[in-house]
Amino acid sequence: MGLFNQTKPTPATYPPHGIRRWQQAWVVPLSLIVAVALWQVTAEVSRLPAFMLPSPVEVWSRLLRAVSDGSLVRHTWTTLGEVLGGLSLGMSVALSLGYLLAKSPTAERLLAPYIVASQSIPTVAIAPLLVIWFPGRLSKILVAALIVFFPVLVNSIVGVRSVPEELKDLMRSLRATRWQVFAKLEAPAAMPVILGGLKVGATLSVIGAVVGEFVGSDAGLGFLINVGRGQYDTALVFVAIMVLIVMALGFYAIVDRLERRLLRWRADPTRE
Amino acid sequence: MMADDAILVAHDLTMKYAGTNGGMPALERVSLSVRPHEFVCIVGPSGCGKTTLLRLLSGLLIPTSGRVEFEGQPLVGPRRRIGFVFQQANLMPWRNVLDNIALPLELQGVELETRRERARDLIELVGLQGFESALPRDLSGGMAQRVAIARALSHQPELLLLDEPFGSLDALTRERMASELMRIWSRRAVTVIMVTHSISEAVLLADRVFVLGPRPGSMRLEVEIPLARPRTLDMTYTREFGAVADRIRQAIESA
Ligand SMILES: Nc1ncnc2c1ncn2[C@@H]1O[C@H](COP(=O)(O)OP(=O)(O)OP(=O)(O)O)[C@@H](O)[C@H]1O
Ligand SMILES: [Mg+2]
Repeated sequence: MGLFNQTKPTPATYPPHGIRRWQQAWVVPLSLIVAVALWQVTAEVSRLPAFMLPSPVEVWSRLLRAVSDGSLVRHTWTTLGEVLGGLSLGMSVALSLGYLLAKSPTAERLLAPYIVASQSIPTVAIAPLLVIWFPGRLSKILVAALIVFFPVLVNSIVGVRSVPEELKDLMRSLRATRWQVFAKLEAPAAMPVILGGLKVGATLSVIGAVVGEFVGSDAGLGFLINVGRGQYDTALVFVAIMVLIVMALGFYAIVDRLERRLLRWRADPTRE
Repeated sequence: MMADDAILVAHDLTMKYAGTNGGMPALERVSLSVRPHEFVCIVGPSGCGKTTLLRLLSGLLIPTSGRVEFEGQPLVGPRRRIGFVFQQANLMPWRNVLDNIALPLELQGVELETRRERARDLIELVGLQGFESALPRDLSGGMAQRVAIARALSHQPELLLLDEPFGSLDALTRERMASELMRIWSRRAVTVIMVTHSISEAVLLADRVFVLGPRPGSMRLEVEIPLARPRTLDMTYTREFGAVADRIRQAIESA
């Protein structure tokens, strides 16, 4: 049988649903306050220069400055655009290829070696090539797409293969067309696994876009980090990193919402 | 044979699964014929090929040799006029009861309002009022099985094939479901072929019972059930009932 049969779906590397219960409560804000306070104290007590460890206050004022001169918003938009572009490109190619590979053993036998081989090359190593070949933002989109591609591919293959044989028989006994089987059985049945892939993919694409920007760019949060490092403006590096974290969390929240909406039919894990 | 007025005829069905080359067939030279609006049960020991036979009769499976005729035409694949109820309820977990029942109509392109209306009628028929928007995860085994039966009836098939539909239910629910199926069958112009493990269930429900022997499954016995209709659970204790049940039991055990 095929190469992907042994492959488990990539689990979303996020805390399970149970975490929500105490997120709603006071624990998270409190822990944040404690962390920031500890950071402030460490920065002051250690007397490290600001380019080594800026204090929260310094980072905050740097943030305000970056916002007021418009640079932060501009760079954030750039990165966000690349992330969304990479995510949709990577997702759509991975989903359609995944469907093809799941349905056709011939296609799998033909393509699997290349796909697996391509995964042994770190994306960071290909990024410079892409930046050389594709100037401008396209290269960042491609890096993001590339990094999203594999986990989503594996998940969509696993998802389509996990469709119960009996439900396929049911559709067959009702003489469903190919399209009906896809739309009314395979797509909804694979949805949990595919959303799991999307969850992982969404954060990975942030990483991909930033990697692309590191390698060579004149805009984006990755570029901002490079600038901050070059100018010993470490507070700016912190600002960029925080925006990246917020971006990743935002994606997580969106996919989580989507998941809860689309997967309401599954047994509710928080019910017990 | 009464092939002339039969709705379904099977000639010499033999089924050898791929991968068991040269091995024992799952089913060997089974012939049967079913009249319109007849209620037929198939009994036999586990693994004797009952599911295999039913799948052959539905067109889901193509026999190694032999042939099936449905309404006078050779059966070469699944037909919409044949409904199939699987051993497990086999509902789509993301659809609620109403939409599960309406699935066959949806696949045929029946309009939303029309199919909902028909699904509601069926919900009433199987006694699940109030559960229209319940999800399969919230149904008991018996309820899920009733949804499956309603779904198989929704596109008004001529022939209903049921594969041990009550297999996973407790004895009490099972009896209730059996009476319900009998009621549904008597109200609708539908022919029923049902596989069951239970001899008494078969005798209670069926006009005729086919008995398959152990693997390779072949026809052991074919009995007409002489009990009058409408049948009630009390009949289980009559002498006639016991005599027929005994004959069937002996046919199964004389391996
Ligand atoms: N897809 C398959 N491939 C190979 N062998 C199969 C397949 N399906 C069934 N068999 C074999 O054929 C025989 C008959 O199987 P079948 O499922 O028809 O029995 P059954 O009478 O329905 O059993 P049960 O009462 O346990 O449901 C069994 O020995 C089984 O191992
Ligand atoms: Mg069976």
